[in-house]
Amino acid sequence: MAIDSIRKINSFLKEDTKAAPLAVFRIFFGLIMCISMIRFWYHGWIEKLYLVPKFHFHYAGFDFIKIPGQFTYLLFILCGLTALFVSIGFKYRGSIVLFFLSFTYIELMDKTTYLNHYYFISILGFILIWLPAHCYFSVDAARNEKLKAQFIPRWNIDVLKLMLAIVYVYAGLAKLNYDWLFRAMPLTIWLPSKFDIPLLGSIMHEKWLHYFFSWGGALYDLFIVFLLLWRRTRIFAFMMVLFFHILTRVLFPIGMFPYIMIVGSLIFFEAGFHEKLLSYLSKPFRFSTAFFDNGKTYVKTRIDNFGKKILIVFMVFQLLFPLRNLLYPGSVFWTERGYRFSWRVMLMEKTGYANFKIVNGKTGNRFYVQNDDFLSSFQEKQMSTQPDFILEYGQYLGNHFKSQGHEHVEVYVESYASLNGRSNQVYIDPKVDLMTVNYTQLCNAHITPLND
Amino acid sequence: MKLTNSLRSLSICMLLGLFLVSCGEKDESSSTETDNFDRTQMLTDWADIIIIPAYQTYTTNLDALNSSYSNFEANPNETNLEALRLSYFNAYRSWQKVSMFEIGKAEEIGLRNFTNVYPTDSDKIEENIATQVYNLDLPSNFVTQGFPALDYLLYGAADSDEAIVLLLQNTNYAQYVSDLLSRLTALSKEVLTDWETNYRTTFIENGGSSATASVDKMVNDFLFYYEKYLRAGKIGIPAGVFSGNTLPDAVEAPYSATNSKVLFDEGFEAVRDFFVGKSFYSEEKGSSLSDYLAYVASQNESTNLANSIETQWTLVTSKVNDLSANLNEQVITDNSKMLAVYDELQKAVVLMKVDMMQALNIQVDYVDADGD
Repeated sequence: MAIDSIRKINSFLKEDTKAAPLAVFRIFFGLIMCISMIRFWYHGWIEKLYLVPKFHFHYAGFDFIKIPGQFTYLLFILCGLTALFVSIGFKYRGSIVLFFLSFTYIELMDKTTYLNHYYFISILGFILIWLPAHCYFSVDAARNEKLKAQFIPRWNIDVLKLMLAIVYVYAGLAKLNYDWLFRAMPLTIWLPSKFDIPLLGSIMHEKWLHYFFSWGGALYDLFIVFLLLWRRTRIFAFMMVLFFHILTRVLFPIGMFPYIMIVGSLIFFEAGFHEKLLSYLSKPFRFSTAFFDNGKTYVKTRIDNFGKKILIVFMVFQLLFPLRNLLYPGSVFWTERGYRFSWRVMLMEKTGYANFKIVNGKTGNRFYVQNDDFLSSFQEKQMSTQPDFILEYGQYLGNHFKSQGHEHVEVYVESYASLNGRSNQVYIDPKVDLMTVNYTQLCNAHITPLND
Repeated sequence: MKLTNSLRSLSICMLLGLFLVSCGEKDESSSTETDNFDRTQMLTDWADIIIIPAYQTYTTNLDALNSSYSNFEANPNETNLEALRLSYFNAYRSWQKVSMFEIGKAEEIGLRNFTNVYPTDSDKIEENIATQVYNLDLPSNFVTQGFPALDYLLYGAADSDEAIVLLLQNTNYAQYVSDLLSRLTALSKEVLTDWETNYRTTFIENGGSSATASVDKMVNDFLFYYEKYLRAGKIGIPAGVFSGNTLPDAVEAPYSATNSKVLFDEGFEAVRDFFVGKSFYSEEKGSSLSDYLAYVASQNESTNLANSIETQWTLVTSKVNDLSANLNEQVITDNSKMLAVYDELQKAVVLMKVDMMQALNIQVDYVDADGD
């Protein structure tokens, strides 16, 4: 049995398919990323989010990542430029590696700006490093006869489908919770304030619509991949993809994400569709795809053999990692332990308020901190609803005041949060000195349980 | 063939989608009211029965202050100094009614920073007067102008009233007071005129739901005022909440500190009146945040937050009643009463910043970054 299935997997890994879908994916991925970088700069976010704030929140284990001052602009240029190179398939392997590194570095600079779709882009960037996405319809392949190939191993495309499936299905599973399904939260809070969108504005406050969108959204996430996989429902499914993502784009400020998902879904279409698309694309350049149709299969190198193993491990990790919250007690929405990197997208409305008290443990002398002396309003907002932020900032404050000559510094937080329309409640135990606990202790013992 | 067809239908879908998206973006600032709470009415009431009347009163009182000063200049004596001080205090009180409306022209010119940054810097004021070289447009001169500077000049620049009368007859001092007054007047008129001519319409028509729409901006300004200027500036900072040791001289108007509690009372009343939509002139009430919260509560069958907030403010009032009229003295003699007021004010911050913002789905966030 076991040997049989290993044999099956092995033969699957060896099967070949046309390279066109991967090339299309590469082209659009690079292009959208390049546009994203320009857009980020254009909105002034490099300055607002990275250069202006004095303090930045770090990911556990990545404390060494620092903001490189004015070089941050160079980092964005590097990221945008390599994205463009990826798109046209120029010096592909080097470009995608640099793209992945620079993009991921940017994301690690401040936890405040965490978005699931940024994480998704880092993941796609990593996967693309190990795929020969440049062997077809690329500058590299045009210049290198040995590289040029019309066929690639089938798993090169399936790995991307699997990744999309993970994102959608986990996002769908995350929606199967009481608030989402039976209170239509947080859509009940969000939708009524969209009274001014065209066509739908007048019904945005209707209760049935909130339930319809909640249930519809959950079903969409759970089943869209299967509808895309099946040839007979594919066109219909893609229409759904368009409708769903354009609707979310109109309703919510979610940036480039809808475009990434729309383009990503094209990977489910058969090679013929992608070849047609490429010949459309090449028309204005008076150029024919036939140039790349050499009937050859991509010749594997050592990188590819290594990459295959890496990706197997990586995909197993991707399947398991989003489930880690099951190991922790309490509601993941409230403690946020295991919340990130798990495809919990647009799942909750949470507001908070955190007021830090610096106490001299000997004399009892105390004062409160004005958060805007240290944080941007965006950072303050993110901090006030997430325990790991509260802890990191609290400890930073403690060390800051120690370095200013304060003695016996103890840091306490008076924090309140409200989840999905519930009344506010005390969030972190106001009696715990933040200087004396680590994250695990904070989560295990000092987060007030959610009142339901 | 089939592929070409599907490609064609896909591109039609894409175009439709892009059209929808661009519509969505364009319409962000339109004022079409379609759900049941009428935001346009609320904005209209805010402008017509609260904000504009408050600015009118403020500029009228500044005019009165100017004429009191002219009287004093013509006949410098202690009686006229007293009259001048009274006009100053009246104008200062009416300033408290407009301070929170740092929106439109007021935001553009930074009205609050040029009107009421305290503690004032008396050394720098004296330096300005002595050298006669100063540019009141500069941020470095926030601390040498506005009401706090007048407070110093009319009450604190010399030891006795007699001496102040004498001092103000000095040309350099007279010039400085006159410059401060004309600047206050000019700035207030600029803001009022803008409200009366253009901004009222802009304000009301910007009725959408984006972060830059009037309701969102106004609510953020309101909260910002409550937290930073009323709670922290007037009570928390002098009570030492943010420094560990009390700062009695950081009260508003420390040179005429018997006025300081009234200045707080005026600001607090402005906050409460704005919240319930009470007209500036009468007991009449317009559409307000309180109504908006009641509407949301009725939609969601949840408790009405407006009641909780107003109850909390009643508690603030009961603590405020324990304060002496002189907050400077209050901080020195029994700061615990100041802290008691602060604590009650603070509880309302939690209700507003956490529960109210969520209920109204307004972001306490000035950065327009992406979400997901």
